[in-house]
Amino acid sequence: MSATEMTPARFLRSVIAIFLKDWRSELRTRYAISALLMFVVTTIAIILFSLGSEGASADALAGMLWVVIFFGAMSGLSRTFVMEEERGTTLTLQLIAPASAVFFGKLLFNLVLVLGLNIVTVLLYAGFITGFVIRNVPVFLVTILLGSFGFAAAATVIAAIIARANTRGTLYPVLSFPIMLPLLLTVINATRLASEGAFFQEAAGEFQILISYIVVVVVISYMLFEYIWKD
Amino acid sequence: MEETLTLSGDGLRKVFNRRTVFENVSFTAGSGSVLLITGRNGSGKSTLVKIISRVLSPTAGSVRFGPGGRETDDPWQTRIGLVSPYLQMFEEFTARENLSIAMRVRGLPFDGARADGLLERVALFPRRNDPVRTYSSGMKQRMKYAFALLHAPHLLILDEPMSNLDEEGVGIVRRIMEEQRSNGILVVATNDLTDIGHFDTQVDLNERH
Repeated sequence: MSATEMTPARFLRSVIAIFLKDWRSELRTRYAISALLMFVVTTIAIILFSLGSEGASADALAGMLWVVIFFGAMSGLSRTFVMEEERGTTLTLQLIAPASAVFFGKLLFNLVLVLGLNIVTVLLYAGFITGFVIRNVPVFLVTILLGSFGFAAAATVIAAIIARANTRGTLYPVLSFPIMLPLLLTVINATRLASEGAFFQEAAGEFQILISYIVVVVVISYMLFEYIWKD
Repeated sequence: MEETLTLSGDGLRKVFNRRTVFENVSFTAGSGSVLLITGRNGSGKSTLVKIISRVLSPTAGSVRFGPGGRETDDPWQTRIGLVSPYLQMFEEFTARENLSIAMRVRGLPFDGARADGLLERVALFPRRNDPVRTYSSGMKQRMKYAFALLHAPHLLILDEPMSNLDEEGVGIVRRIMEEQRSNGILVVATNDLTDIGHFDTQVDLNERH
C-alpha cells in the first residue's frame, strides 16, 4: 500500500474534515443557523396568532409541525453547496476531496443542522401551541431522529443539484417537495400516532418506511453524486 | 528498475453546448519536464487545465498520470497541485487554517512546520493568522502556491502563473517552477513565454479547433 492510497480510515478523516470545515465556517458566518432560527420563530408565531384560542385536531397539529420543519429546512439546508458555488470554492473542494467524501461530509453537516433545527422547533412548538401533546415520547423521538436523517439525506443531494442553477432559491423547495413527499406523509402519520399514544408496534410500519426511504436516498445519492458534483 | 512518472493525454476533445472547444489534443510529459499550453483567449487553455486536474471530464479521450503513463490506486487529489485565477481559497479562514483544511480534507496529516515554511517562502508568514478575505489579490495568488505545494505534488499545474504578482512574487514563482521541474512534472498554461523560459513539450490550442 502506498503512503497516499485512500484507505477507509483516510476516507473517514476526509469526511470529518469536510464536516468540521463547514461547521467552523457556519459558526463564523452563522448564515444557515440564522436563517433557520428566524424562519422557525416567525412561522410558529404566525401559527400561534392564526389558531388564537381555538384548538386544532392532533392530525392538523402534527401536520403543521412538519410544515414548519420542512420550510425551515428549505431555508437553510441548501447553503452547504450554494455557499461553495457562490464563493467559487467548489473547484477547490473538487481538487482536494473525492466526490463521495464531499457528499458524506455535507450529509453529516446537514444532519447535525436539521437535528438541531428539529429540537428547537419541537421545544418551541410544544411550548407555545396548546393542544400539541405527545403521549408516547419514544415513538416521537424515533420519528424526529429518522425524519431528520431523511430530510438531511434528500436535502443534501437536491442542494448539490440546484447549486449550479441560476434560479436556485425557488428551485430548491419545488424540487424537494415531490422527492420528500413520501417522507413528509410518513413522519406526519408517525407524529399523529405518537400524539395519540399509540404503542411502538403500531408505529413500526412507519419506521420501516422511513428507514427504507433513508437507505434508498443515501444509496442513490452516493451512486449519482460524482456525476452531479463533477460536471 | 523504477519507472518514471508520465502524464499523457490521448485524443482529448471538449464540447460545451454543441460548441467544440478543442479536439484531437494529445501530449506526453515525463518526470523532470515542462508541458506548455498556449492558445488565444477562448481557445480552451483553462478547460484543458481543468481536464488535466480531473475536475472536468473530457467529451472524448483520456488523461493518465502514473509510472510509465499508467494510473495508480493513489487518489489524484494527493498527487496534483493547481494554481489558477479561478481557484478560490476558503476566505473566512486564515492562511494556516486553509493549509490545514487542504491536508485534512485529503485525509493526510497536517504538518504545521512545513506549512509555516511554505508561508515563509511565499512571504505570507507574518499574515498567517489573518483571514484570507483580508489579503490583496497578489497575496491571494501567493497563498494559492502554498496551498498547491503543501502535499508535495508530483504534478504541478499552473494556469496564468504570474497573474497579480509583483516583482518579488514573480521571483518566488520562478524558483518554485525550477524546483518542480527537477522534482516532478510542471504544466504551465500561458501566452507569456517570459513566464516560463524553457519548456519540453508544447500544446498549441490554436491548431486544435
